[in-house]
Amino acid sequence: MIDVVVTGVGAISPLGVGARTLHERWCAGAIGIQGGEAPCADFEPTDFLSIKEVRRADRFTQLAIVAGDEALADAGWERGELPYDPNRIGCMIGTGVGGMITLTRGQDMLREQGAKAIPPLAIPLMMSNAGAAALSLRYRLTGPSFSVVSACAAGSHAIGTALRALQHDEADAVVTGGSEACLVDLARAAFGALQALSLSGISRPFDVRRDGFVMGEGAAVLVLERADRAAERGARVLAKVRGYGASSDGHHLTAPLDDGSGAARAISNALRDAGVTPDDVDYVNAHGTSTPLNDRAETLALKSALGTRAGEIPVSSTKSAIGHLLGAAGAVEAVATILALRDRVAPPTIGFEEREEGLDLDYVPGAARPLAVSEDHQPLAISNSFGFGGHNAVLALEGVAA
Amino acid sequence: MSATTEVEVQECVFESLATFGSDPESITREATLEDLDIDSLDLAELTQIVEDRFGVEIKGSDVATVVTVGDAIDLIVSRLP
Repeated sequence: MIDVVVTGVGAISPLGVGARTLHERWCAGAIGIQGGEAPCADFEPTDFLSIKEVRRADRFTQLAIVAGDEALADAGWERGELPYDPNRIGCMIGTGVGGMITLTRGQDMLREQGAKAIPPLAIPLMMSNAGAAALSLRYRLTGPSFSVVSACAAGSHAIGTALRALQHDEADAVVTGGSEACLVDLARAAFGALQALSLSGISRPFDVRRDGFVMGEGAAVLVLERADRAAERGARVLAKVRGYGASSDGHHLTAPLDDGSGAARAISNALRDAGVTPDDVDYVNAHGTSTPLNDRAETLALKSALGTRAGEIPVSSTKSAIGHLLGAAGAVEAVATILALRDRVAPPTIGFEEREEGLDLDYVPGAARPLAVSEDHQPLAISNSFGFGGHNAVLALEGVAA
Repeated sequence: MSATTEVEVQECVFESLATFGSDPESITREATLEDLDIDSLDLAELTQIVEDRFGVEIKGSDVATVVTVGDAIDLIVSRLP
């Protein structure tokens, strides 16, 4: 079996620019939500990209590029000096909807000014694979590259797909992650019509007062490498990707199975793939959307898949700090999980105060706390992602020696 | 055609290239599109702009021989109605 490690991470989130910014601010209890939404308010694309690069990328792609620049630099890669044969480097970036800002602007222009007003860049900007394409072009990554689309599970599915590509010897490294930027009226109205958005504007996963998710934007990119190749080049290793599990509910277009059994199968699949048992799990980064249905079903899924272990370990939701980044969520949360494992810390579910009957796990209320890990092994976490359509993806991530 | 119109075309082309992200100080009639990092997508957008502004129709195949900014301006001017 080919082992796979993470050698670099990058993230743009509502907590700011940078993976470490996300990690440190979340652990400090900061919240990146303003006015009921979670924009990347600090992210100004022209701070990082040329005029040409900005014009040729929808905001979701701009976020992916800048997160990618951070991740590749973090891995010690430099543009034009890749550590492997470019044909052996892939790029797999997840998204929920792709270039929705470009799409809605294009529709407005079409209606107001006619067909001839639509620029030739419209399609290459709005296409869902634009994030993967942009990073492939920017770094000349000429191995397999494509986008992975599964609504709010896309980021985790992308990382899982990257893991499989490496395990199947299709590449020596894969640049992977997720990106989303759809803070536009169409998405607001559409999620609102589904009654999925929080009317209070507060993201408080697992709390009895939770009333829907807070929509956010952002991106995260991770550099995955074969462990043997990474060791050969002397790369610093941040974490191991131990396992990946996917499943589908086959039940409802938007609602999870009440008993969380679909999600539970994905968790069990990830643990089996990692060759570990529930007793080996030290932390759960929950999907934890703050919707009434998800947080109940996810709690049941964790109890079902982890048994009594579920009640013994910290379970927290990054969405309490940054809202729901949709197709980017799984990737951003994987990065947050990796840095939490590195620092042996369980970040908090911010705003969790009042329990609901049956939701009785340790959701890490209040503040971050040290992660209890026995000395004979490295800390292991699972990161859950579940998407509309009933798509479930779970990653098993392992920290490295501190 | 009047000299004014050719000047207008040049202004429009120079402005468009700058909008596409070329360094404004590098944009001259003699500069090559390659040097200015102008590719087929930029040219497609430029043809759209000049069609809208001057009523000139230029097809993708027409720009195959265009190497410099001056070539592009001459092509547009030659098609002015």
